Amino acid sequence: MDLSYPKEYEDFRLEVRQFLKEHGDKSRNVGEEMGRPTQKLKDWQNLLIERGYACRTIPKEYGGYGAKPDILHNVIITEEFNRTQIRRGISGQGISMLVPTLLELGTEEQKQKLIKPTITGEIVWCQGYSEPNAGSDLASLQTKAHVEGDYFVINGQKIWTSSAHFSDMMFVLVRTEPDAPKHRGISYLLLSMDTPGIEVRPLVTMTGKAEFNETFFTDVKVKTDQIVGKRGEGWMVANATLKHERGMIGDPAQLDALLVKLIELMKDETVNGARLMDNPIHRDRLLKLQARVESAKLHSLRILSNSLQQSFEMLPLLIIKLNGTHLSHDINAMGIDMLGELGVLYEDSPYLRSKGTWQFRYMFSIGLIIGGGTSQIQKNIISERGLGMPREPKPQPSAANS
Amino acid sequence: MEFGLSDEQKLLDQTIKKFVEKEVPLERVRELAADRQSFDATIWNGLNELGLFGIMIPEEYGGAGLRLLDAIVVQEHLGRQVVPAPFLSTAILAPVALLKGGSEEQKDTWLPKIAAGEVRVAVGVSDVVERRESSGITLKDKKLSGKSVFVIDGQNADLLLLAVGGNNLAIVDKKAAGVSINELTTVDKTRGVVEVVLDGVEAELLGKEGQAEQAISQVIDCARVALAADSLGACHVMLDKAVAYSLERKQFKRVIGSFQAVKHMCAEMAAQIEPCRALVWYAAHAYDELPDEAPLMACHAKAHVADVGQFVSVTATQVFGGMGFTDLVGLHYWFKRIGLNRQLLGGPETVRQRAAELQGWV
Repeated sequence: MDLSYPKEYEDFRLEVRQFLKEHGDKSRNVGEEMGRPTQKLKDWQNLLIERGYACRTIPKEYGGYGAKPDILHNVIITEEFNRTQIRRGISGQGISMLVPTLLELGTEEQKQKLIKPTITGEIVWCQGYSEPNAGSDLASLQTKAHVEGDYFVINGQKIWTSSAHFSDMMFVLVRTEPDAPKHRGISYLLLSMDTPGIEVRPLVTMTGKAEFNETFFTDVKVKTDQIVGKRGEGWMVANATLKHERGMIGDPAQLDALLVKLIELMKDETVNGARLMDNPIHRDRLLKLQARVESAKLHSLRILSNSLQQSFEMLPLLIIKLNGTHLSHDINAMGIDMLGELGVLYEDSPYLRSKGTWQFRYMFSIGLIIGGGTSQIQKNIISERGLGMPREPKPQPSAANS
Repeated sequence: MEFGLSDEQKLLDQTIKKFVEKEVPLERVRELAADRQSFDATIWNGLNELGLFGIMIPEEYGGAGLRLLDAIVVQEHLGRQVVPAPFLSTAILAPVALLKGGSEEQKDTWLPKIAAGEVRVAVGVSDVVERRESSGITLKDKKLSGKSVFVIDGQNADLLLLAVGGNNLAIVDKKAAGVSINELTTVDKTRGVVEVVLDGVEAELLGKEGQAEQAISQVIDCARVALAADSLGACHVMLDKAVAYSLERKQFKRVIGSFQAVKHMCAEMAAQIEPCRALVWYAAHAYDELPDEAPLMACHAKAHVADVGQFVSVTATQVFGGMGFTDLVGLHYWFKRIGLNRQLLGGPETVRQRAAELQGWV
């Protein structure tokens, strides 16, 4: 066990610190997390890319910083931004999911044309995967594309397309080979959201906000070269992307930040003149959550160390999404309980605490438990790939066709 | 930066694994349990040949000079194989007590003997954590009187290390005048827990009078981490056994491991067990290298693994269905070991209360 970083990395940490001290102010008031990036946010992002604190390993020729992959650099950058609570620049599905996929599987032309404007916030992307009848069983998706001349013609419906209402482009899974087995009939296409025939309808969720959309396609024409990978290979391409998404959910630094908020709440908020923290029942519940957060943080350190040592263990990776989303939900649930009746206040109510964020996150985190592969799908994956248990047998043919 | 076991620790891990799997099959555990014996000369001698009783004892006293992280690698395997061996008290707690609280003479006298496997030590500090049944030993006119109710590994010990109030530790020879020992019968027959009653026993205190508070705390921290490691080992085995059974057992013309209900039980166990690995390692590392963090991390490891252990032991048993409930498959040995570990030196609520105090929340 050696938790120290080599000197060159400690030097790098000092560099990051110095940068954040000098320039951190430029990250303030750059706009909300959701929505198109403002000019201020784009400027901040460009500065981060230029200095290697965003898109660090994306090659220079595609607009990135072009550093050699080094996990410790990424870890140090993350730690320092978290420590100072400074905004990381632009996030979103374009940068986190599409760009890694293009780097892995895109054509040279796609990389040249799309990566730079995506990472600088000029092109905003949304993801078109799920459909009303293809959720956990994503590969059964039915949105069709047939070829007419130089075009794919798309018809069908997508759901859960977050940010579709302000996106420029969509990466989308469509069925191009209706006669092939379901996993081999899918293609991964890129399309512009202003193509005629696309209709985006906001999907208001239980939080009261429209975080998602439904997107309808009627004879939407997309050039046949707007495909990543080959026809029928879309499932494989999408799995490369999903891999990036699964890693994204369950960041232990976020869990830690949330726990700190809960601890502050319990020290600040009083009931009958006593701090919430003075109540041993509340304290016990808090400590249970603290142990889980500590475990999650240390677990991610173990995974980091594994990758540094190039020793690969599957099971530790498979549990992160399941554990992280439930833990986040449980912390938010406790925040509400700590507020008692005040915990149900919402929106613009008098006496509202923390701008209603405990309620918002409590509800939103249910979305995270479900999205990106539900907890039940996660448990299937853990038991099958992690523990070597068999898949649920397919129903008998007669039942399937009825 | 390396979070995990070193190459030497991995080698130790493999060595002890090989030993316990070969020498302590479940049949041996059963035989000893039937005789209510938590000690076996063959097992003891085997561990001794591997030099494990001196694992935390500095080389100048004949030990291996290793740390708590090394010792819990061993402890985890003892938990994995539900090994009846008084390792915890003799190899971890007694050396820590002597090293932190003993005089030079006491270290010279006892540490080489412990390292050589010549003496078995039992440690009784439970009343510092939680006093029940009027447990507690008092010192008056250089004589010790009273009782220590939950003395770990006391069944076959030669030497007793007992808390006297919160700030003294006494070394007591089991054969000294005025010492009587009453065996307690717990659910877990792999550990011999006793009550020690003292009636005017000549006192030999560890170090100077009234100076052992820190040593007692450190003994308790180490014990909590080691008990967590022991339970973690037992949890892993219960999950492995449950998965293996689910792939053999057929109902409705399918192995039960192909039913999602069963798969999800196993996935939940895995999801809870995996992060405990890092927590337990780090708690041991904190004891070795990060003293400011050690007491809190020991509490978290103890309480959290106790809760995970309860979930796993109950869930794994259910995967086995009716067979899990029987003596035939012997799953209950792990179930009971996890159960004993959970209660020793503070159940989860008690330990979490301590964690709150350590953070200034009380």
